[in-house]
Amino acid sequence: MHRKVFAYPYIVWMILFIAAPMLFIFYYAVNVDGVWTFAKCWQTLSDPQKWRILWESVKMAFNTTALCLLLGYPIAYILSNMKKSVAGFISVLFFVPMWMNFVLRTYAWYAILEYALPDKISAAISGTEGAVLMVLVYNFIPFMVMPLYNCLTKLDRSLLEAAADLGANRFKTFTKVVLPLSVPGIVSGITMVFIPAITAFTVPALIGNGNYHLYGNEIELAFKQMSSAGDYSIGSTLSIILFALVIISTMIMNRVDGSNAEGGTLL
Amino acid sequence: MKKIALFLAAVMLAVSLSATAFAEEIFANGDQYDKIGGELNVLNWGEYIDPELIQLFEEETGVKVNYIEMLSNEEMLIKLASPDCVYDLCFPSDYIIEKLIASDMLLPLDYDKIPNAKNIAQEQLALTGTFDPGNKYSLPYMWGTVGILYNTELVTEPVTSWKILWDEKYAGQIWMYDSVRDSIGVTLKMLGYDLNTRNADEVAEARDALIAQKPLTKGYGTDNTRASMVNGKGALCVIYSGDAFCCIDENDSLAYAVPEEGSNVWYDNVIIPKTAKNVEAAHAFINFLNDANIAARNTEYICYSTPNAAAMDLLDEYYTGSETYNPPAEVLERCEVFHDLGEFTEVFNDAWTKIKAA
Repeated sequence: MHRKVFAYPYIVWMILFIAAPMLFIFYYAVNVDGVWTFAKCWQTLSDPQKWRILWESVKMAFNTTALCLLLGYPIAYILSNMKKSVAGFISVLFFVPMWMNFVLRTYAWYAILEYALPDKISAAISGTEGAVLMVLVYNFIPFMVMPLYNCLTKLDRSLLEAAADLGANRFKTFTKVVLPLSVPGIVSGITMVFIPAITAFTVPALIGNGNYHLYGNEIELAFKQMSSAGDYSIGSTLSIILFALVIISTMIMNRVDGSNAEGGTLL
Repeated sequence: MKKIALFLAAVMLAVSLSATAFAEEIFANGDQYDKIGGELNVLNWGEYIDPELIQLFEEETGVKVNYIEMLSNEEMLIKLASPDCVYDLCFPSDYIIEKLIASDMLLPLDYDKIPNAKNIAQEQLALTGTFDPGNKYSLPYMWGTVGILYNTELVTEPVTSWKILWDEKYAGQIWMYDSVRDSIGVTLKMLGYDLNTRNADEVAEARDALIAQKPLTKGYGTDNTRASMVNGKGALCVIYSGDAFCCIDENDSLAYAVPEEGSNVWYDNVIIPKTAKNVEAAHAFINFLNDANIAARNTEYICYSTPNAAAMDLLDEYYTGSETYNPPAEVLERCEVFHDLGEFTEVFNDAWTKIKAA
């Protein structure tokens, strides 16, 4: 019973830095300059442009996640089949860039795309949607590889031997044994990539040359424009929509993951 | 080991010697600064002061300066409006000052504590007086125009109109400025309207023009456009004259023009918010910045034009002879100052949101 005491700092932390800011978002959404009103909420909800940007962001996040999975699964699979010491070394190399700040890495990409490439190529790539997608994939792929690698290394080797004994070829072993057993890793990988990708705003702002606008940028713009307090209301409403979307997608992913209690889940 | 210590000592000696030499040169006219002490929280734009000057001010007055940088006028307004604002000194632009005065957020300047204010050119004070009548709350720090920086190797025709930014020949090589008033402002000028228009139809027309232009642009940038232009990656760029002057300094195939339809002349003034804690040090800092020697050195460092007439006298031909740095009267005649638009700002912001998301 006494152990509960140790949870108090955590509860205080949660109230201060998670619950209270959330309440502020709801407060600002319906309170314009001290007046309670839903007018700005309605204005935001009924603006087709906001929904179009949300749709663009969902598409971008989906593409990022799909590419991360497509590239990340083979990487994790190859790593998991290597000797432990070699795999450990390679995965360290893989994660070293993550020790550097996210914004700095994005700036580095900006410089590469704008200045390091030959003029013709740079003019074709720099500032485009494709460049934004590429940098998003670059930034988030470790979040896909990590849970997959954890999940695949825990895989019981005797199951693979059993599959081989029973006459399955390597392809069949993969589709019938390895892939189903790595579903928890895939699910947590998708969750860990999709959610930051849908809320991304640094990457589109920097890599998109200020021309490419995603949902995060729309929220930022609403808060940065200080014409009247009304903009806080628009920004908060947009945030609530995104918040709802993130909760729904997390719930869906948890449902998919529900049957597999064991594995590399991180959420 | 000994050698290293010796070397370090020599370096330190050299540094301290040059610092004293600089201080002596600046205070040759016998200026004295009182020891004030305490702390001074300064909020300013990035790369907008010579950091050695801050150090010098600290040595002279014993004030510890906490220097904080910001990215946009709007960001500064949010920081100043916050109930726990800590800043003693800030450098917002013209229309923001008008708004700050209207919201009664500024402390009137005590001119007895700023004897160096006499160095500022009268014609500049007349212009800043359009948004701060009588310069009661602010003094100009830096000023300039908004124009087009272009690469003469890529743009061979003369740049005389904002319309060139809509020319398909330069598709993918046009940088716009990522700021609501500047980008919409130059478009309004292209269409022949007032920069400070309060006509929603005119703003809508400018908005549509910018949306139509978007596929031609390389992007909407701020400080990043400078490196891009210097490296020859862009052909045309909407830019502040001070930044243009810097860029031309680094790449002489660049040139700057203020289009004939007219443009914006802007001022970044120094103000003291009402909530300032160390008012004494804030005034001392303003006085310090307006010392002719200091202002000259500062403008050489930043490349933005100084309103300080006494400092202008100290600058060489390279600055005073440049039309970018020191625009002739006929250019200024076609330029207007931004004014706060009050409630109408929302129309601009709404248009801006549409442009950015297009």
